[in-house]
Amino acid sequence: MARVVVDVMLKPEILDPQGQAVQRALPRLGFEGISDVRQGKRFELEVEGAVDDAALARIHELAETFLANTVIEDFVIKVEDAEGVENPVTPEAPAKSGS
Amino acid sequence: MTARIGVVTFPGTLDDRDTQRAVRVAGAEPVPLWHRDKDLKQVDAVVLPGGFSYGDYLRAGAISRFSPVMETVVEQARAGMPVLGICNGFQVLTETHLLPGAMLRNTDLHFVCRDQKLRVENASTAWTADYEQGQEISIPLKNIDGRYVADERVLDELEAEGRVAFRYAAAPADAAAPADGYGNPNGSLRDIAGITNEAGNVVGLMPHPEHAVEPLIGTGRTDGLGFFTSILKNLVAA
Repeated sequence: MARVVVDVMLKPEILDPQGQAVQRALPRLGFEGISDVRQGKRFELEVEGAVDDAALARIHELAETFLANTVIEDFVIKVEDAEGVENPVTPEAPAKSGS
Repeated sequence: MTARIGVVTFPGTLDDRDTQRAVRVAGAEPVPLWHRDKDLKQVDAVVLPGGFSYGDYLRAGAISRFSPVMETVVEQARAGMPVLGICNGFQVLTETHLLPGAMLRNTDLHFVCRDQKLRVENASTAWTADYEQGQEISIPLKNIDGRYVADERVLDELEAEGRVAFRYAAAPADAAAPADGYGNPNGSLRDIAGITNEAGNVVGLMPHPEHAVEPLIGTGRTDGLGFFTSILKNLVAA
């Protein structure tokens, strides 16, 4: 079993009122110095078997067609190693499938 | 023989019964369709009603998109079958990419529930032919994920091709007129409330025409009935 993480964020040009509401609440809670907050989603996928190029290509497809709506969101895929460190998969590593 | 109009029920759909009723009031035969059935029972058109299909998990409409019924709906819509998506149904249509763009949380983060004034921008689609270009109608609006977004290129394309079907109407300059229900309620780009595909057979909008088809209930107006009489005429003429 290996863990692959997919982080999904709204594209920079898309307004994020939820993030803004969080940011505006910070000074009231005594947290100063945070100029911007953007809120996203994190998916932790437990993968059966090896996380090889084929598995990553499938995960890329799943992220692109389902976990993220690429009209409004970007995503990053990261593979967790034995120490729990998340290593981003370079975008060109798995052949871009679909779209 | 009258036209048969399918109304899809997903788990979490709320407005399927009202939509069936609206179809009946317009004089067509409503045919209930179940999300797990690929079979569309030979209907002439399909309505995807409002609600919170699959709890809006992940994104509104994101999971419904993969339901068996949608496979056939997408295929038939591409072949020209008329499809109307209302509210959550509109969100499903954007997730399936039958319509461009996407829907996000309202700018003010509030659930909006009110009678909303709309301007009909395209009265030549399968679902809007009974309206006049530029006509103002008032139908209920109720959602929290109603902010329509698309990139500038797509928005320009929609405008250039007349594919903005409805816009949230701006309050009239005449100050004496009551301004209730006017204005952009959710931050939708270019005040877009509804759009159509290139062929005009697929239309999606956030407000709810099916809740305004009888004078006795709802807004007290029947401004939404035109969607259902339009499609009936379209199908009978075909």
